Amino acid sequence: MRIKVIAGLVIVSTVVLGSVLFINRDTDNSQEEMLQAEAVQSYELSNGMKVLVVENHRAPIVVSQVWYKVGASYEHDGISGVSHMLEHMMFKGTEKHPAGEFSEIIAANGGEENAFTSQDYTAYFQKIANDKLELCLELEADRMRNLTLEEKEFLKEVEVVKEERRLRTDDKPTALTYERFNAVAYTNSPYRRPIIGWMEDLDTLTINDVRQWYQTWYAPNNATLVVAGDVQAEEVFRLAKQYFGQLPSSDVPKPKPRHEAKQYGTQRVTVELPAKIPYLIMGFKAPVMRADEGNQADEWEFYALEVLAGVLDGGSSARLSKNLVRGQQIANSASASYGMSALHETLFVLSAVPNDNVAVEVLEFALREQINTLKNQLPDADELERVKAQVVAAQVYQQDSTFYQAMEVGMLETIGLPWQLKDEYVQKILAVTAEQVQLVANKYLKDERLTVAILEPLPINESETESDAVTEEVAATGDQDDE
Amino acid sequence: MNNFSQVKVLSLTKQLAAIALLMVSFVVSATPKIQTWQTGNGAHVFFVPATEIPMLDVRITFDAGSARDAGKSGLAVLTNGLLAEGAAGKNAQQIAEDFESVGAQIENDALRDMALVGVRSLTESRYLTPALESLKQVLTQPDFPEEAFERILKSMKLSVKARQQSPAALAGEAFNKAVFGDHPYASPVSGTKESLQNMTLEDVRNFYQQYYVASNATIAIVGNVDRAQAEAIAEALVSALPTGEKPANLPAVKQLTESKKIVIDYPSAQTHIFVGQPGTKRGDADYFTLYVANHSFGGSGFASRLVEVIREEHGLAYSVYSYFSPQRELGAFAMGMQTKSNQTDEALLLLNAELEKYVQYGPTQEELNASLSNITGGFPMKMDGNGKLLEYISMIGFYDMEIDYLDHFLDNVRAVNLDMINDALKRRLHPDKMVTVVVGNQQSDK
Repeated sequence: MRIKVIAGLVIVSTVVLGSVLFINRDTDNSQEEMLQAEAVQSYELSNGMKVLVVENHRAPIVVSQVWYKVGASYEHDGISGVSHMLEHMMFKGTEKHPAGEFSEIIAANGGEENAFTSQDYTAYFQKIANDKLELCLELEADRMRNLTLEEKEFLKEVEVVKEERRLRTDDKPTALTYERFNAVAYTNSPYRRPIIGWMEDLDTLTINDVRQWYQTWYAPNNATLVVAGDVQAEEVFRLAKQYFGQLPSSDVPKPKPRHEAKQYGTQRVTVELPAKIPYLIMGFKAPVMRADEGNQADEWEFYALEVLAGVLDGGSSARLSKNLVRGQQIANSASASYGMSALHETLFVLSAVPNDNVAVEVLEFALREQINTLKNQLPDADELERVKAQVVAAQVYQQDSTFYQAMEVGMLETIGLPWQLKDEYVQKILAVTAEQVQLVANKYLKDERLTVAILEPLPINESETESDAVTEEVAATGDQDDE
Repeated sequence: MNNFSQVKVLSLTKQLAAIALLMVSFVVSATPKIQTWQTGNGAHVFFVPATEIPMLDVRITFDAGSARDAGKSGLAVLTNGLLAEGAAGKNAQQIAEDFESVGAQIENDALRDMALVGVRSLTESRYLTPALESLKQVLTQPDFPEEAFERILKSMKLSVKARQQSPAALAGEAFNKAVFGDHPYASPVSGTKESLQNMTLEDVRNFYQQYYVASNATIAIVGNVDRAQAEAIAEALVSALPTGEKPANLPAVKQLTESKKIVIDYPSAQTHIFVGQPGTKRGDADYFTLYVANHSFGGSGFASRLVEVIREEHGLAYSVYSYFSPQRELGAFAMGMQTKSNQTDEALLLLNAELEKYVQYGPTQEELNASLSNITGGFPMKMDGNGKLLEYISMIGFYDMEIDYLDHFLDNVRAVNLDMINDALKRRLHPDKMVTVVVGNQQSDK
């Protein structure tokens, strides 16, 4: 197909933020160079759209991502899942490129493409040979403003999304437990709703809901283009100007704050489902770096919380594996997670699967013991060193993935944080002390911040014997659509 | 269309992971020069230098996957899983600390055909030297402690239980059993309740001694080291292994002689469906033809017929696909999907009708052209990182493929035409002799 070239009549302001570091690829890799993250070059179109480029010339490929500042956390009750539904509809065509054509063009050019929706963002991406970037930008610019959004397509696609919900959540006991855990943990925060949406909301969602969502949020001044790979930044800026530059900006509303209301005491939920294995989730309300207002925590606390998660679950040598999986042997697996970058207050989450014949209560008690130890005793220097060594190494290993490089800056930018945070990350983790880890454990891992969810398995089949449930039919010919 | 949900899932369904890994389409980029040699005790080494990032990936594979379980289903996984649980007198904690204190990441796994052990490390010597030393200990001096044996066995028994709460896993298991019959590929990679009941530490030691030997090993190395360093690394890693013997060939997979339908009642919202039969193997004369043929049938997402019909036209499924999973012997050809239980009959009719049509008429010239341009255009992206490169050269080594396989890959793909596809589809796929597995709520089916 031919790419329509649009004459650019936009005035562009160039904003180069921060220092630009380049890795010298032809010389030895000293430790210092190794710690330098890939350089980001930045640009802003006159309509407010941001463009970020990470040059990486290892292979003749490019990753192109368009990020929108909208996701499930922008939704309200009754239309849950609309962001994700719109993500699906973005593949259903414009006037210029009818349904299916986007994917056909990308495929015909050897590209891969997909999209993802989270609580805080929606993003679309292509991975393709580096001489095909222009094609991607032309197509993305077209669907940013010109989506057809036909009801006929919507009615089919919403059924696909319901199948997706059944696949991802309804038929997975642990996923369903996690969904209910979030619904109980958060009181008024939008994070209490599932990204994919409640089934009843999907049942009652209309094409008008989707159209309105598209009109409201899909605008160049609410989007960021991130391009990583074997490209020249100046050329990317030129192409971005050419294709996105003429799109009109709009008045994008500022979502209501919806800061999570104070929690009073531990919250508990039991999920009883046909299943085989219990599952335990314990989440403590935890602060995140916020772009829109003063943070509720000092900056070091976010990094200390990340190190705290590492002390518990930074590899097989960390405490949860060491003490619960191997030592006491009460957990089959156990994990801890915390992410400091999000739009709204989040959760520091511990989750575990008990071993056979271990009561979930015993596991919960053991996890609480681990937390108490962290509150009462400083972590060992060796433990901290291991956590930090893994963070330093991971930063190097990440250079192996062009996609990840684009993802990292796109995510930060879209939740309103400066992408330079990624360059500071390792140094700030290295600066975390044992005392700081103990301090955040005491400050945040408290009962009045805690929500506990337990999956209690119910029998799967009434008969419960596998042979009863299985029937085999053998036939000499095909064409059987029996029962 | 992903949905990055924050759900932590049980990492227990090894079997499905194995399928996912093996079905990775074998397409590669501006072909790296693979250097190859043998260690003193006969292990084959495959090396590609990559100097851009100060990191190294090493992977040692053995013909020691579950296909070698010999009736003790799960033994390959158990043996492999115990390597890092005690070695050279160190316990699991010390081993984990030794890797993680230098930021190294150990990998180990046992799939259907292969078992693997490897590490990703920084290349500065203060990190790399201890990482490689730990890897060598795990590989050549495992202690197989009794305590770890009991613990890992318990964990594997729990994973059997976990499969029983997953309609997808139940369907996969029933499918393999029906497609592969009495072949070793039929049994679950991570074992059954019964097989794990009878496992002993002696079984593990014997399995290790028989299969973790130099002549059965392939070493793949990608990263920021030169040839001399790579040679020294390979030598140091496996020199303590006995030369041993390559295991005998696996038996051939038998073709199905009749169609078979397996229905499992499960209280899920969706019914999981698999339809398939034995497919292709590595080095198969029809490999490229069937690879290209499958691309436009169900192997290329939105560009494929199955997605077009089942998802786009009828809205019946989120995920629908087909694949050939080439293995040492014939791996499966499968079509898979999930749909709301009361749509099962409709979905199966459509799925089977599409298959019959495709086997009879093949793709159109237009579809073939689209597949060829997607495969050739996507070539550079298949190897745009050290990790991916390692997967490829490891696989080339393990399956004794031609060393210039990558150089000729595109020529082989471009040589495929409609006549070849139509001929191969009719010879190799038999819609009247397929296994059909249906796992879901049988009540709502009526």
